[in-house]
Amino acid sequence: MAKASPKVGAIKSALDMFTSQLRTMGLVLKHTFTKADTVEYPEQKPYLAPRYRGRIVLTRDPDGEERCVGCNLCAAACPVDCIALQQTVDDDGRKRADFFRINFSRCILCGFCEEACPTYAIQLTPDIELAEYERQNLVYEKEHLLIKGVGKYPDYSFYRHSGVAVDINGQRKSKGQATNEKPPVDIKGLMP
Amino acid sequence: MIDILFKLLEIIIVIALLIPIAAMLVWVERRMIGIWQDRLGPNRVGPIGILQSVADLLKILGKEDWIPPFSDRLVFVLAPVIGAVCVLMSFAVIPFSPSIGVSDLNIGLLFFLAMASLAVYSVVLAGWASNSKYALLGGMRAAAQTVSYEVFMGISVMGVVLLTGTFNLREIVLAQESGWLIQTQFVGFIIFLIAGIAESHRLPFDLPEAETELTAGFHTEYSGLKFALFFLGEYLSVTLISSMSVVLFFGGWLMPEPLDSWLPPLVWFILKVFVFVLFFILLRTSLPRPRFDQLLSFGWKYMLPLALLNLLVTAAFKLTGGFYG
Repeated sequence: MAKASPKVGAIKSALDMFTSQLRTMGLVLKHTFTKADTVEYPEQKPYLAPRYRGRIVLTRDPDGEERCVGCNLCAAACPVDCIALQQTVDDDGRKRADFFRINFSRCILCGFCEEACPTYAIQLTPDIELAEYERQNLVYEKEHLLIKGVGKYPDYSFYRHSGVAVDINGQRKSKGQATNEKPPVDIKGLMP
Repeated sequence: MIDILFKLLEIIIVIALLIPIAAMLVWVERRMIGIWQDRLGPNRVGPIGILQSVADLLKILGKEDWIPPFSDRLVFVLAPVIGAVCVLMSFAVIPFSPSIGVSDLNIGLLFFLAMASLAVYSVVLAGWASNSKYALLGGMRAAAQTVSYEVFMGISVMGVVLLTGTFNLREIVLAQESGWLIQTQFVGFIIFLIAGIAESHRLPFDLPEAETELTAGFHTEYSGLKFALFFLGEYLSVTLISSMSVVLFFGGWLMPEPLDSWLPPLVWFILKVFVFVLFFILLRTSLPRPRFDQLLSFGWKYMLPLALLNLLVTAAFKLTGGFYG
């Protein structure tokens, strides 16, 4: 077809404009019959993955002992400094947190503490409903944080692997008795 | 004396129904936009959210009614009132049903056009009295837009007047008993509707209050009840343009015979108006806002010649007896 004159072109573009607007409206009108994507939250809970980063808990090992050894790595990793804790050592040599405090009004649920934790003690859970009427209630002490279960790593027990001498289930585990651990080297002996 | 009292009662009833309807439209609009955007829209206050407007109203009543110290106080307060009053006045000439209708003015159509023109004052004065740049730009845009769209809105309805031979809206409706005017005045209807959208400052022609560039346009400085009045005026004018379209082109309360006896005339009228209101809402969800020069050139270069052509063709057909024998 020969090139249209400017006038015809203008009319054609006006018609195109008109039809494209009508088409848009038709497409939007179609959405009358599509289902809304909204999740009506309080009544209808969204699915949160098991590894979702929500409320922080302190887990226990399979023997029911606290996993946390109070090493302070989580507090050091925390970008907003919302974790405060103090380490103590029990009579049997086991280390644990004397107090452990997380200020959830500061916490940004970044999960760095979980990554930093060498004993899988501190873990984030898929619970996001942290709202409180009083800000002070968002400061969680150790008794609020500590749970009965093992969290995401059911079999892991730090003291069964580490070379520290402690009591496990009332039995003494001395140095060299841990899983995959060789007996200690006698540094005063002459054998290679 | 009794007649006057009855008339007053009728006026009060019409106003008392129109204002809640306009308020409900806010909820209808938000709900429909939600549905069309695959959301739900407000559905919390009352059953399916029907009381949302009441909650909004209570909230807006609790707002501080602030008058900017740099504004022209009198005009600033007056502007929203002018807007709402002009739109409400227009409803006086609309025949809602065979028996309901405030006034049987013999120049009803002209009265409507006059009130629509006066409503511009509200926007322009609001923009001017606010003494702020956004508001002034919005007001200026409103003036230019309304002046250009007013022109062919008047011309587009002249086809209707030619065919029915009257300016009285009730008689225009009655003249459509043999067939709605949309059959012969389709182009006129399209032009009237486009002009109506521009008149009521609705998307896609909401340039006077274009949020993205002018914050809120002419009502940037308004808050509280005065803002609510602007809001009310906007939704009332949506209802007004819908009602006018129904009256002029879709036979008002009339329906073709098998349907006519199913529902009372008033219900048919309201249903038709509601369809138009939904169309206005659909426009808002789907179409983007044109640039301002595009808006004006569209008005003057396409719509005005088209309206004149429509008038010419209608007149020719009327003279040669092409339409109704």
